[in-house]
Amino acid sequence: MASEPHTSAEYIKHHLQNLTYGKLPDGTWGIAHTHEQAKAMGFWALNLDTLSVSLLLGLIFIFIFRLAAKNISAGIPVGLQNFCEWSVEFVDNNVRGSFSAKNDMVAPLALTIFFWIFLMNLMDLLPVDYVPFLMGKLGVPFFRIVPSADPNATFGMAIGVFLLILYYSIKIKGIGGFIGELTLQPFGKWGMPANLLLEGVNLIAKPISLALRLFGNMYAGEMIFILIALMGGAWVGLTPGGVTLYGSQILLSLGWAIFHVLIVTLQAFIFMVLTVVYLDMAHQEHH
Amino acid sequence: MDMAHALLYIAGALMMGLGALGAAVGIGILGGRFLEGAARQPELIPMLRTQFFVVMGLVDAVPMIAVGIAMYVLFAVA
Repeated sequence: MASEPHTSAEYIKHHLQNLTYGKLPDGTWGIAHTHEQAKAMGFWALNLDTLSVSLLLGLIFIFIFRLAAKNISAGIPVGLQNFCEWSVEFVDNNVRGSFSAKNDMVAPLALTIFFWIFLMNLMDLLPVDYVPFLMGKLGVPFFRIVPSADPNATFGMAIGVFLLILYYSIKIKGIGGFIGELTLQPFGKWGMPANLLLEGVNLIAKPISLALRLFGNMYAGEMIFILIALMGGAWVGLTPGGVTLYGSQILLSLGWAIFHVLIVTLQAFIFMVLTVVYLDMAHQEHH
Repeated sequence: MDMAHALLYIAGALMMGLGALGAAVGIGILGGRFLEGAARQPELIPMLRTQFFVVMGLVDAVPMIAVGIAMYVLFAVA
């Protein structure tokens, strides 16, 4: 670690600090070296670690699937092609199950969302100290390897989905139809303000819950990994207490990582399913 | 220990405890209904399992988030 954190609170805060690029207090643009500097940057603070890791993972996803598509064979699929066919089929079945309208964009979108988020979440399984330590050796003060534990990334994706919901709502139902859906629903036309309030909250809650659910799960998972890592940090020598702590760190990390595999996959899957369901709702023409 | 720190610990305990309480009841009901449905119509088990995991992820998210925030409050803030 670059700044050699000493207390456990400093260690946790160091691990939860993004590598932020923005305007420093002295007026120049650069990378923040302390938490306060990053906080003072305001709106144009770019989290370089989130941006670079998520972009890299997206490229890896595209590269793997392109590799499989280029070397495709008509015989019995093996290896990579088998995996890709299976995953495309899996997403296709899910979209067919919950999406009733006709739209060629939804299934590829669902596949992208699922694998991208899955890869981003998977970074949580890397040991918490490896990447910050390596980056510290390279002179980078902070590095958070899990993009989906940064609310900027999850809100970015959720807002993307939200814009698609608005676009398809207006495209399928027309502006009048969409406004009608927002204002005429549960109580009829005389209860317009109440309807707008209820439906408005309903609409806004979709992207917010989508983003916060993914962020919260990954953040909590990362937090627990960091806390488990602290147990080994309490190493003082070959005493019974030190050995117990060290051993329980390994066991707990293993246990939590195995449980976390479930959460990682489940949260990517839920993000995908909810996106498909929301887009299906946007395509439904009722009344 | 001064009052502010003590209150932070109590806040963390409340977050973890109440979140776990709600999720325990929710997942209990969910799992019970899943078993009931699976026993009534075993041919629907694959479909039910997918739906079960989706809803479990939804229910499970809230206490997990509460645990994460509580841990942050307990170990990094307090």
